[in-house]
Amino acid sequence: MCGIAGLIHKGKSSNVGAEMTSMLQALKHRGPDSTGYAVYGEPTEGDYVMRLKVAEAEDMGRGRGIHKVITDRISAVEDILSEFGAQVKSRDSVTEYALRYVLTHDGETADMAKNIEEIEGVEILSLGNGLELIKDLGDASVVAAQYGLNDFKGTHGIGHTRMATESDVDIRSAHPYWAFPYNDVSVVHNGQITNYWIMRREMERKGHRFMSNCDSELLAVYTAHNLANGVSLEDSLRRSIEEIDGVFTYLVATKDQLGMAKDTMAAKPLVLYESDDLIAMASEEVAIRAILPQEIDTTDPYDEEVRVWQA
Amino acid sequence: MASVSDAELKEMTQDERARALGMTTEQLTGQSMYIEFDPDATDRFTYPWAPEVDFNKRTEIDTDTMTSTEVNSKIRALMAEGYGTIVLKNPRGKHSLGVGILSRLNLIIEGSTGYFGVGLIDGPNVRISGRVGWSCAENMMSGTVMIEKNAGSTFGAAMRGGDLVCRGSVGSRTGIDQKGGTIIVGGDTGALSGFMMQRGRMVVCGNAGKNLGDSMYDGTIYVGGEIKSLGVDAVTAELTELDKAWLTRKLTQYGLMPDKGVDHFTKIVAGKQLWNYDNLEPNEKKLIL
Repeated sequence: MCGIAGLIHKGKSSNVGAEMTSMLQALKHRGPDSTGYAVYGEPTEGDYVMRLKVAEAEDMGRGRGIHKVITDRISAVEDILSEFGAQVKSRDSVTEYALRYVLTHDGETADMAKNIEEIEGVEILSLGNGLELIKDLGDASVVAAQYGLNDFKGTHGIGHTRMATESDVDIRSAHPYWAFPYNDVSVVHNGQITNYWIMRREMERKGHRFMSNCDSELLAVYTAHNLANGVSLEDSLRRSIEEIDGVFTYLVATKDQLGMAKDTMAAKPLVLYESDDLIAMASEEVAIRAILPQEIDTTDPYDEEVRVWQA
Repeated sequence: MASVSDAELKEMTQDERARALGMTTEQLTGQSMYIEFDPDATDRFTYPWAPEVDFNKRTEIDTDTMTSTEVNSKIRALMAEGYGTIVLKNPRGKHSLGVGILSRLNLIIEGSTGYFGVGLIDGPNVRISGRVGWSCAENMMSGTVMIEKNAGSTFGAAMRGGDLVCRGSVGSRTGIDQKGGTIIVGGDTGALSGFMMQRGRMVVCGNAGKNLGDSMYDGTIYVGGEIKSLGVDAVTAELTELDKAWLTRKLTQYGLMPDKGVDHFTKIVAGKQLWNYDNLEPNEKKLIL
């Protein structure tokens, strides 16, 4: 089933971390397996936030050897960072397997990201100037508390509560997906993509990498491919309705935009609230009501509807 | 049908009660339901165990901190005490509010509900001041439901009777599998509305999305605005004086009568080429459609 949520404040920062937690907690019944956030703070040029995982949560219970493996992987990551001229300003690790780096870098980050991911067991969850992408097993209150998300200030964000149907319960298959290696772009999806393998092979032929067998990852790769070829976010969303089969509603966030697309069957829900300074959307109204308890007007977007909002 | 008193019915198990009322598996198959219907049995159009309620006895429930189950149990407890008008405050998009009410009641919901709101109802008059989520009034049997704002998809799915009215716009697949009753939409409706409709009437004052009335067996759809496209086997039909009189009465009743009247409405019915239970082979059907 899965639950998705998104919100964007126009022209100002707010407590998007806490707001997203409230929304996702209200959607817990749509998927309790894992919870993910992609929240966007004020972008700082030259400073990059990189979140990565060096092991899966389930690996931690597989004996003492994993600690040595993790230390080796982190050291390999840092070797590559220095090789590509990235200065590590800070390194935090909320769990032993999930790390957050703040880097200073002045060049292209795509090659660096590709090299880092060549290390076995290492996956970059996100890289960008404003994006913080966090995903782990458990509901929103657990993940938010673990990663200190409730104090996060920012302009917009998307989130996801996952009910695993197509692939495993692990961080690799959790949403949001970062549109590797495209900085600051993230995707959450509710639905099922039926031409996944055809589209995946096409994307792989074009040189894109897939880290999981989760069909939602395709939307992130597909969006990254379009954006890298100069297609606007709105056009990419429109094109996806033509090219991707299945039932889906998905949200894409970039450094300063939030977009939505609904498939031709309109089979996956989304409720939308729009005002002059805040736009909020979620799989169910109960999530919007979690942050806006007053009487408001909400609508259901129709089939093939595409919308993009600017922060 | 054998005569059974209400007092006797109350004492029976569910299975015995179903059999006493003539509902056995054999009798519900095929055409036998028409044989079982007794037009003189006017005294049992409500459930024998339905509480006697007084519509002038009114109470309010603040649902803010309650779960949907607690709210629905509370409604039943209040009905047993004779409350005939119940107001739900602060629903805030909760799912399944007011489901399964099988007798007369005035239910007023001040705010918006989530999925499956007032589903499986038989009799109550419901007013909802906000928006309703997916599958509102699914399997509704009788009564009236009026929604002041918008509604989600599968509005009135598999509905069998009563009037279901939304003043705003509704999502996709409105009245999917509709088997009776009337759905009235003040605004627009999404794709595949009236999909597999079997009986009943649907009125859309605004525009309708693509594939309207796809694979409908029977029933009638009236659309006041633009129709993006008709579904398989849905065809336009002549709007008769009887249709106009009915539309005028229903739309006036719910305050949704357009200024320009009802002459501009398009009437959609089943072409009956696809599901007419004829002896055509599939490839012959393709030629027709």
